[in-house]
Amino acid sequence: MVTHALDAVDLVKTYPAGRKKPPLRALDGLTFSVPEGIVLGLLGPNGAGKSTTVKILTTLSRADSGTARVAGHDVVREQDQVRHAIGFVPQKSSSDPMATGVENLVLSGRIYGLSRVNAVRRATELLERFGLTEFGDRQVKTYSGGMQRKLDVALGLVHRPQVLFLDEPTTGLDPEARADLWNEVGRLSGDEGLTVLLTTHYLEEADRLAGQLAIVDHGKIVAEGTPEALKAELRGDSVHVELVDPDLDGTVRALLSGLAGVGEIVVEGNALRARVDRGATAVPAVLGALEDKAIPVTAVTVSRPSLDDVYLQYTGRSFRAVEEEAA
Amino acid sequence: MSTAIPGFTTHTRFITGRWLRAQYRQPALIAFTLVQPAIWLLLFGQLFKGVVNIPGFSDSSYIAFLTPGIVMMTALMTSGWSGTTFIADMERGVMDRMLASPVSRGGLMAGQLISNATTTLIQTILVFAIGMAAGARYDGGAAGYLVTIGVSMLVGIGFGSLSNAVALLTRQQEALIGISQFVSLPLTFMSSIMIDPSVAPHWVNVAARFNPVDWAAIAARQALAADPDWSSVLRHSGLLLAFTLFVGWLSTRAFRTYQRSV
Repeated sequence: MVTHALDAVDLVKTYPAGRKKPPLRALDGLTFSVPEGIVLGLLGPNGAGKSTTVKILTTLSRADSGTARVAGHDVVREQDQVRHAIGFVPQKSSSDPMATGVENLVLSGRIYGLSRVNAVRRATELLERFGLTEFGDRQVKTYSGGMQRKLDVALGLVHRPQVLFLDEPTTGLDPEARADLWNEVGRLSGDEGLTVLLTTHYLEEADRLAGQLAIVDHGKIVAEGTPEALKAELRGDSVHVELVDPDLDGTVRALLSGLAGVGEIVVEGNALRARVDRGATAVPAVLGALEDKAIPVTAVTVSRPSLDDVYLQYTGRSFRAVEEEAA
Repeated sequence: MSTAIPGFTTHTRFITGRWLRAQYRQPALIAFTLVQPAIWLLLFGQLFKGVVNIPGFSDSSYIAFLTPGIVMMTALMTSGWSGTTFIADMERGVMDRMLASPVSRGGLMAGQLISNATTTLIQTILVFAIGMAAGARYDGGAAGYLVTIGVSMLVGIGFGSLSNAVALLTRQQEALIGISQFVSLPLTFMSSIMIDPSVAPHWVNVAARFNPVDWAAIAARQALAADPDWSSVLRHSGLLLAFTLFVGWLSTRAFRTYQRSV
C-alpha cells in the first residue's frame, strides 16, 4: 500500500463576499492525495483555490467541511504534529527584512526546537546549498528578489520537514532568477522522503517541476496525473497556422475542416489552431489545400500537446484567456 | 526530528530577541520616540504654567506633578504604534509562516511587547531626566522610581497588546492608526495626567476611575511622594497588572480570528 503524505477529502471553504452577496466558494469539494516523496503541482489560474488549499493543509486556515491529513495527522485535531512535520513557503516573501539571512534561519530553527549550535550549523548548511553563503551576514532587505525567494525556501527546510509547501514560488521573479530557483526546487525532490506540494499558474513551471499534476478549476480538481499522462490523453498533435490575412469569411476554417483527421479548429485573428491525428501527415495536407486556393501563409508549426491544451480540454477555456480574465 | 518543541517562555525569549535586534538597528526611530516626550513635557509644562494659574502649584511643583503623567502618556502614545510591526509581518509572508509553525501564540505576542517595553523604559528614564533638569523634585526613594518604571511598562504592554490585536483584526495600517488615536487622546485627557483631579470637572474624575492610564499615574505619583500611601499604590498597580494580563490574553486570541479570515 502506498503511504500518502497528503490526503484531502471533499474540502469546502467559503469566504464572505460582503453584504447581501452570496459567499464566495473558494473550494468546492476538493479531493486529492499525494504519495510520499513526490512533487505534486497544483496548477490553475489565480482564484482557482490553490492558495486556499495550501492554507488549510498548513493549519493556517480551516475548511468549512471536509477532512485533510498531512504526514498522517489530521490538520484540525492534530495541529501541533502537522505544524512540526511541514515547511511552509508562503506566496509572499517570509523572511524578516531587518534580520540577516543567518539570523532568520537560526530563529526559525530555534522555534522548532534546535539547539543554538545545531541551528547555526543548519543555517550554514542551507546558505551554502542555496548559494547564499557570502550574503549570510547581510540584512535581508539588501537581497534581490531571487535571493529572498531562495532564503524563503531555506526557511521552510530548516527543521527537515516531511512535507514542504511552496505557494507560487517564482511569481514576480525575472526569468533568470526563476530558472535558478527551478534548479533548486528540482533538487529538493531528491531529498530523502520529502514530499512537495507546489502551486503555480505557470504551465512551464508545472511541466518542469511536478512529477504529478492536479489541475484546479473553480475550487475542484478537474484532472490528475503525470504531465506526460495528461498530455497523452489528448488525441494527436496540435497544428498552428499563421495566415498573412485574417480568415474573416471563414474560408480557411471551412477548407480545413473538410480535410480528414483535422478537428477542433480555433481561429484567433491571423492565427488558426487545430488538432490533428498525426502531425507529420496533416501538415502537407493543410499546406496543399491552402496553396490550391492561393491563400498565403506566414508559418506553420506542429507540436505535441502542451499543458495549455490539457487545460483547455478539462476546463473548456484556454489558460491564457483565464489569466487575462483574472487580471 | 524528535526534538521537543519549546514552550511559551522559550519562544517569548526568541521572539523578544528578534524584535530587540530590529529595534536597535533603527536608531533614528528610537531617537524620535525619545525626542517626542521631551517636547511634550517642556511644551505642556510651559503651556499650562502660562495660561492657567493652577491652584496649589508653584512653578516647579507643576513640573514635578506633570512628569509622571507625561511618562504614562508617552507609554500610551508609543504603544499605539505597536501593531504596525504585525501589519508589516502580515504584508510579507512572515506572519503566515510563523502561524503555520509550532510557535507559541502567547510567545509571539509577548516577545514583541517585551521588546517594546524596553523602549518605554528608556523613555521613562529620559522624561525624568528632563523633568528634573526643569526643576522637578521627588521626596520618595528608589522604590518610587521603580514603581513608576514598572507601571509605565505595564501601560505600554497592555495598550501595545490591544494595538497588536487591532492589527490582527483590521490588517490595515490606516485603520490601526485611526483607532489608536481615537482611543489614546480621550484616555490622556480623561485622567489626572495633566490636571490635578481637584480642579477637573466631576465627570472627568468619574471617567478617570476606569482609566488604566490614570491608575498608572496615581500609582507613580503616590510612590514618588514623601509619605506614600502604599495601599493605594498596590491597589492601582494591581488593577493595572490585571488589566494588562487580561488584554494580553484577549489579544493573543486575536491570532485565531486572523487565521479564520485568511
